[in-house]
Amino acid sequence: MTDAADAQGGRRPDRASLVIALALIVLALVVAWDAATMRTGAATYSRIGPRAFPYGVSAGLTILAALTTIRAFRFAAPRLPRDEARPALWIVGGLLTQIALLPYAGFSLATGSVFAATAYAFGRGPLWLTYPIGVAFALAVWLFFARALSLILPAGPLERLF
Amino acid sequence: MESLGALGDGLLVALQPSNLLFAVIGVTLGTAIGVLPGIGPALTVALLLPVTFQLDPGGSLIMFAGIYYGGMYGGSTTSILLNTPGESASIITALEGNKMARAGRGGPALATAAIGSFVAGTLATLALALVSPWIVRFALSFGPAEYFALMVLAFTTVSAAFGSSVLRGVTSLFVGLVLGLVGIDLQTGQARLTFGVPDLLDGIEVTTVAVALFAIGETLHVAARQRRFAETLEAVRGSLWMSREDWRRSWKPWLRGAGVGFPMGAMPAGGAEIPTFLSYMLERRLSPRKEEFGHGAIEGVAGPEAANNASAAGTLVPLLTLGLPTTATAAIMLAGFQQYGLQPGPLLFANSPGLVWGLISSLFIANIMLLVLNLPLIGLWVKVLSVPRPWLYAGILTFATLGTIGANPSPVELIMLLVFGLLGYAMRRYDYPVAPVVVGLILGPLSEQQLRRALSISQSDPSILVGSWISIVLYALAIAALLGPIIMSAGRARRARAGT
Repeated sequence: MTDAADAQGGRRPDRASLVIALALIVLALVVAWDAATMRTGAATYSRIGPRAFPYGVSAGLTILAALTTIRAFRFAAPRLPRDEARPALWIVGGLLTQIALLPYAGFSLATGSVFAATAYAFGRGPLWLTYPIGVAFALAVWLFFARALSLILPAGPLERLF
Repeated sequence: MESLGALGDGLLVALQPSNLLFAVIGVTLGTAIGVLPGIGPALTVALLLPVTFQLDPGGSLIMFAGIYYGGMYGGSTTSILLNTPGESASIITALEGNKMARAGRGGPALATAAIGSFVAGTLATLALALVSPWIVRFALSFGPAEYFALMVLAFTTVSAAFGSSVLRGVTSLFVGLVLGLVGIDLQTGQARLTFGVPDLLDGIEVTTVAVALFAIGETLHVAARQRRFAETLEAVRGSLWMSREDWRRSWKPWLRGAGVGFPMGAMPAGGAEIPTFLSYMLERRLSPRKEEFGHGAIEGVAGPEAANNASAAGTLVPLLTLGLPTTATAAIMLAGFQQYGLQPGPLLFANSPGLVWGLISSLFIANIMLLVLNLPLIGLWVKVLSVPRPWLYAGILTFATLGTIGANPSPVELIMLLVFGLLGYAMRRYDYPVAPVVVGLILGPLSEQQLRRALSISQSDPSILVGSWISIVLYALAIAALLGPIIMSAGRARRARAGT
């Protein structure tokens, strides 16, 4: 367990943990704000209404943020390897393309973009080749799940041919 | 005993041809998806959950059982043949199993994993059938306050068992709780954390969160590190079958593994890692060939695999009898139950015994099918694993988005998939456990319901929460679960500094 492993105090605080602590505080504030601005129409029967749990969770998050901050100052940041951003961005792009295409183009054409983008992220292209392969794969999957197993999946122009 | 009779009735249900077919499909799908690296049983169940919605509750539960066991078997196949296993419980199997595969003994490793899982699974399911009615009887004396205490215990064990630090585990849990808050409050019809987005009124789908955190997060993680890590797939050389010597060395670890796995799985002890680890240490202790461990000792595969499978059946005990999920997989299965309006717990045993016993019987059937189908199909699963990474992960993401689209094809859901995928990547990078998020998401709303029910019974008097000795014991255990790892690691740190 890294509790024992990173037990040397670091002079420079662990920046990642500080960012995480900040994110937790923001989350706590959002949850509390949403609970506070709730318009409770009908009178709630007991004192514990729909606000109680959110306030509790918000309080918990605040405590966790504080503890994370303390940890950031007490322990050295673990040496994390450098990650490449490009492949991740490609995958994100593929997913966004899928979201955009899905309502208009149906499952196969949209998901083909995820397939092609992911393959590209791992170094396999070219896109004009991997996209049709992806569409074909997605179509096969669609046929199996939507026809054989009656799963409800959006059908676009391509699926309507089958 | 009445439970054996009920089990018999359940078997009759499970053996109907249509249900058998569902079991076969479930096992095959479960193994096919479970084999994919980075996809463990929790994710396999999450991905295939929407598939089961179209069936009647009985059929879909049976498919569930198949997917559950198939997913686990697929996962152990991966950890034996590939040196980067998909989930933490498989790390132990990978330890010895991969070494065996490299020495050309991949076949026996897979065989001992399969047979051991079968033996342990059968024993554990039997134990599940026998133990459940007793627990149900006990649970009927539970009121909302006790249920709340039980859920708090589940929260703490899930947070403390996973991941590398209690703080991170609890943080993950609270993220899950926040996600669970989104949607309409059932008791007052109040919308929470929806920010005016109508799609969020139904809450956040478990499938979306699980798929995003597990599959997409993992894919992003691997993609970002691909140049540094090359996976090597071990071909299954040599015989597929175990020698007599292998059998001789395996059967006791199977039984011991089952004995260790089932009770630990049944307790809210949070996950399959502890029993598999314990089984490994036990086998190493008891083996006359200690030096083989670390280099491919078959006991090191037989025991932990049996323990893994037995503990999976064990987690069904609190899930079915109390409605309490103790692992991410159980949490996802609970979501599946809820989709049918079924609330697992003592009432379900009373109101729909056919359903529950049908499920338990189909666990038996699924177990048998696993053995029958998968040993011959090994070649197929190896082919799946030897697909090059680009295609593999492209396929994984295709299935991942399929699962979400099948559950809810709205753009909002898919954007959430993306956002949580990025969160999953960040969590992996900074070593935050993912499973507590799923458990928090599912269990959070349930625990809130119990809390409010308890307090409305007591007219807002908080002392009802510690009013019974059951609750007090549960809270004490919860505190122990939280403080235990902290105290242990502090002790270790002190000893390390003292140079012992």
